[in-house]
Amino acid sequence: MRGGADAERRPTIEYANFVIMLLVALGIGIVAVLASALLGPKKASRTKLMAYESGNDPERGGVGTGQRFPVHFYLVAMLFIIFDIETAFFYPLAVAYQKLIPFAFFEAVTFVLLLLVGYVYILKKKVLEWA
Amino acid sequence: MPDWLATLLISLLKAVLVVLGLLTTFAYMTLIERRLLGRMQLRPGPNRVGPMGLLQPAADAIKSIFKEDLTVTLADKLVYTLAPIVAIGMALTAFGGLPAGPAGSLFGENPWVYNLDTGILALLALTSMGVYGIFLGGWASGSKYPILGGLRSSAQMISYELGMGLSLLGLLMIVGTTSFHGIVGWQAQNGPMILFQSLGFVLFLISSFAETNRTPFDLPEAEQEIVAGYLTEYSAIKWALFQMAEYVNMITASAVMATLFFGGWKGPQFLNGLIPGISDWPLIWLIVKIAFFLFLFIWVRATLPRLRYDQLMRFGWKLVLPLALANTVMTAAFLAFRGSGGLWFLGVLSLAGVLALLVLSDRVRVLWNQSSIRPEGDIVRAGGD
Repeated sequence: MRGGADAERRPTIEYANFVIMLLVALGIGIVAVLASALLGPKKASRTKLMAYESGNDPERGGVGTGQRFPVHFYLVAMLFIIFDIETAFFYPLAVAYQKLIPFAFFEAVTFVLLLLVGYVYILKKKVLEWA
Repeated sequence: MPDWLATLLISLLKAVLVVLGLLTTFAYMTLIERRLLGRMQLRPGPNRVGPMGLLQPAADAIKSIFKEDLTVTLADKLVYTLAPIVAIGMALTAFGGLPAGPAGSLFGENPWVYNLDTGILALLALTSMGVYGIFLGGWASGSKYPILGGLRSSAQMISYELGMGLSLLGLLMIVGTTSFHGIVGWQAQNGPMILFQSLGFVLFLISSFAETNRTPFDLPEAEQEIVAGYLTEYSAIKWALFQMAEYVNMITASAVMATLFFGGWKGPQFLNGLIPGISDWPLIWLIVKIAFFLFLFIWVRATLPRLRYDQLMRFGWKLVLPLALANTVMTAAFLAFRGSGGLWFLGVLSLAGVLALLVLSDRVRVLWNQSSIRPEGDIVRAGGD
């Protein structure tokens, strides 16, 4: 279902436009950071550069000092990867769906059911319970 | 000047215009938000700097440029500087692909910067990249609250990204294209998608609230809980860039909802009977729809309390995700075996889905789950409600 505008369009140009937009957007950020670095005052002191910790000396802060956090975050990230791949597989099927019915319907349902097995498993394993 | 160079220069001009337009809108959104929040709390809001506070955004911008740009000693300098640039870059880029009118309606040029056939996929990819900005910002600050905020934020955003991606599948099955132009064109012929995909729309709306870190899902920057989350160690323009990214994401989300579910730049067709051609007025309809959704964002902020972290995750994984899948399967079944019923039947099914969402949500479920006293074993270290 293509409009009149799409017919005369050259796809490569559109990707070039995308890159232009990206560069302009990133450029604005860089210009702003530079402007602030040039224009702002620079009177840093040791105390001023301390990390925030309600007025105490920060203990064991800093990048790469082995701060530990719950494994739940790791699990959520893994589940996200699995289900996002599902979404990635679903998109082509959804776009071409009307040309493939009714066969595609059973295919889609089978796929969803297979994933639901995994979903029920993580539910029963209480991966999604947050204490 | 060769032809391709002229085309690229025009695109560059349009990109700069879009970016400047978005930044101005962001600046005035902060003002409008503060004024509206003031109205909702029976106070005037900022009204001193300029007439009706109109110069307040300019004052804020100048102040944040002239503030001292601190980098905490423990921070990772490079990543700390890059994170806000990534956040704002992805947020601004995402807006450029949305059509604001028919081809050639902007002084003979096309009213969009880029027009990919994979419009929705590009948009989802860019929003995913936005997570990097926030998480890296939190990590690179080398301090405790930012790390907490960054972790919460990444977990929340990726969880709701699933809901976002899956809630669009029903729409894609009906329309059969991922390009925004195709979707707007389909809606011009068959009526706005909200009629047939109300469940998909509601799920998308909830997900976009979570994606843009707005209340009730603004845990990453929950001031009362973890100072300012990933923003704690940021000052001056870098802080402003993160705020900018949040508001630009909000504007983009509003524009996407308007484009996908409310007919985009096309106005309601029946108005054509009153004033011929009114539904094609360039830009006006899109701006009206965006303004409506922005108002909704602010309204919700003034109304709802923030969710707790476990509630947020439960809602995302146990309600939004299964219902989005259900919506997909429902739409698929309808399209495969549509009997005599037209698309309106799908609309009724969708409304039933919205009802199911309401009934299954935590706020309503307690009405018949009377056991409000939890057994002793359940009271865990997280503390009370």
